[in-house]
Amino acid sequence: MSVRHATLPLVLACLAAASAHAQPSAERGKAKFEHTCAPCHGKGGGNDGHAQLPGTEALAIKYKGTIPAALEDRSDLTADTIRAFVRNGSFSMPPFRPTELTNAEIADIAAYLAVSSKRR
Amino acid sequence: MAVLPPGVSAENFAAAIKEFQAAVGNDWVFTSDEDLVPYRDHFSYIKGEANELVPSAAVGPDSTEQVQAVVRVANKYRIPLYAISTGKNFAYGGPSPNVRGSVTVDLKRMNRILEVDARRHFALVEPGVSYIDLYRYIQERGLKVWIDTPDPGWGSPIGNALDHGIGYTQGFYRDHFGAHCGMEVVLPSGEVMRTGMGALPGSKCWSEYRHGYGPDPAGLFGQGNFGIVTKMGFRLMPQPEHWRNGLITVPKRQDLIPLIDTVNYLTDLSMAGEPWYGSPLMALARDKDFLAAASAFNEAEMDRMAAAAKLHSWQVELQFHGSEKTTLANWEYAKELILRAVPGARCVDGESLPVPLTREQIEHTTGPYPTNMRRNVTQGVPGLGVWYMVGRSEQAPNTWNETHIGLFSLVARSGEAVMQAQKDFADIANRLKVPNLFPNALSTPVNWYQFTFIMGNGFGMSMGANTPEGKKRAVQQLREVLAENAKRGYGDYRAPPMLQDDVADQYSFNNHVLRRFNEAIKDAIDPNGILSPGRGGIWPAAHRSLRGALRS
Repeated sequence: MSVRHATLPLVLACLAAASAHAQPSAERGKAKFEHTCAPCHGKGGGNDGHAQLPGTEALAIKYKGTIPAALEDRSDLTADTIRAFVRNGSFSMPPFRPTELTNAEIADIAAYLAVSSKRR
Repeated sequence: MAVLPPGVSAENFAAAIKEFQAAVGNDWVFTSDEDLVPYRDHFSYIKGEANELVPSAAVGPDSTEQVQAVVRVANKYRIPLYAISTGKNFAYGGPSPNVRGSVTVDLKRMNRILEVDARRHFALVEPGVSYIDLYRYIQERGLKVWIDTPDPGWGSPIGNALDHGIGYTQGFYRDHFGAHCGMEVVLPSGEVMRTGMGALPGSKCWSEYRHGYGPDPAGLFGQGNFGIVTKMGFRLMPQPEHWRNGLITVPKRQDLIPLIDTVNYLTDLSMAGEPWYGSPLMALARDKDFLAAASAFNEAEMDRMAAAAKLHSWQVELQFHGSEKTTLANWEYAKELILRAVPGARCVDGESLPVPLTREQIEHTTGPYPTNMRRNVTQGVPGLGVWYMVGRSEQAPNTWNETHIGLFSLVARSGEAVMQAQKDFADIANRLKVPNLFPNALSTPVNWYQFTFIMGNGFGMSMGANTPEGKKRAVQQLREVLAENAKRGYGDYRAPPMLQDDVADQYSFNNHVLRRFNEAIKDAIDPNGILSPGRGGIWPAAHRSLRGALRS
């Protein structure tokens, strides 16, 4: 088998992978949410007697129950909205860099939240 | 908000950007306003001002070789670089550089955990790895080692260690730079150097013997600007089988002296982990008469009021790692020692828990006594739970602490020194009319490092002046506090870029010979002054005129 033939399947596989990643994935989004967002915006308890993690607590204080405090319960967060908060920060949440969360990963997270919010 | 590196023309900068793109790929060079927002300090005291420490661009290399290529481009065009790991050094400048217009070298993509050895107890990681990443890696594989995490845990073990960060488990491991073992560094020339046994090709103990042979330059890379660290080894604590805690209180103010002596003895024998000091008299902090006595350092009156309220003056919470039997033996010994030194002391058994603790045991706060000890960090479990301190609160729902900053002075590890520091810091705060959380006898020492105390002074973690004018005034006051501290022999251990010249000024022995020594090395190995000029107060000749420029 020539080198050219040997590399062709690899090239096709890479193209397929790139194409797949162009479509937001809730599964990938869940993993990324749990890694990057949940330590602050998850549903667990906080420190020093705080019943909620800081991001969830802050949104509970802000919305006073009119909107769910936990992001996984929100059905209104589009990729553009999430990206605006991620890149600019909000209050005590600092902005996150493209090396931490790419735009494609933000789209994955939006896809995950669209699914997770239906499980409330 | 287009900003150019100092002394670099627009044409040369554009050419450099193309070469950076060739080095790391077009997708990982950032120049747009949107992309550069996260490279600014979210807590900057000079946000939006003409002198805000913003970068001109950011590049995200994925390998040591790419870092080398970036450094070579910077040398070619004389562009100052500023390297960040995870960029989470908040309260100390976050990702922002010391020089406006620097190009930030964002190492987050270098996020490989290269090795964790649970038999020889070490990890070898890249700078983009976070404490949370490393913890999860260890847990997923069931490895029996602990990390020692700062609070919060989104930072990088390398970045944290290089800024002399700390943690909360056992003595040796809490000093994150002290617990490192070997590093790989891209030098200002673009060459790669390894320290310790890494300098010996084929050595199997890079993460076990940090000294190698001859002078170990590793210390130059902590709070320095002599290279970009691309790999670093860390000693890890073996996972203990059991964890136990206990509370000791002593009745009188002067009992702090034997209390600290006793705890020093225990911790330096490695019989106890990080001790958490406090004062039960905080319960009286809102009592006007008590506060007057505490502010006047009227010890007799404070003791009288403490006795009347049936409160002790000081407390320390101890933690023990080992087996059920050894932790019990160490706790029993601690009780025996303190009762020998202070017969009126009280000792309260805490909890006795097999490791690993359950999620509920880590989160719960309902032990046999009120505790200040954060379970997650004492167990080496990184998280962001502590971030509530800078966010909204029920009391202030529409604001946040924009002036989150951490200034802490080093204080000798004795009761006498702590009580003198309380008076000094109160006096400084009162004379300079600056806010201080405890300008009185209630401030307590923190034993983050094993062998010394640090104490908040001046502002602690919050200034609260969220207006531009308030922030400007606060910066000036911070500088005055730092200068006044130095006159009394107190140096700070860490600072944001905005104040690094001021802290470096504190360390002035023999006409600043330490700084002159560092800058002689800097000029020799970084003749173009491209690596993080100004970091740690070390300015290369090419940018030395910028020393103190932020003061104006």
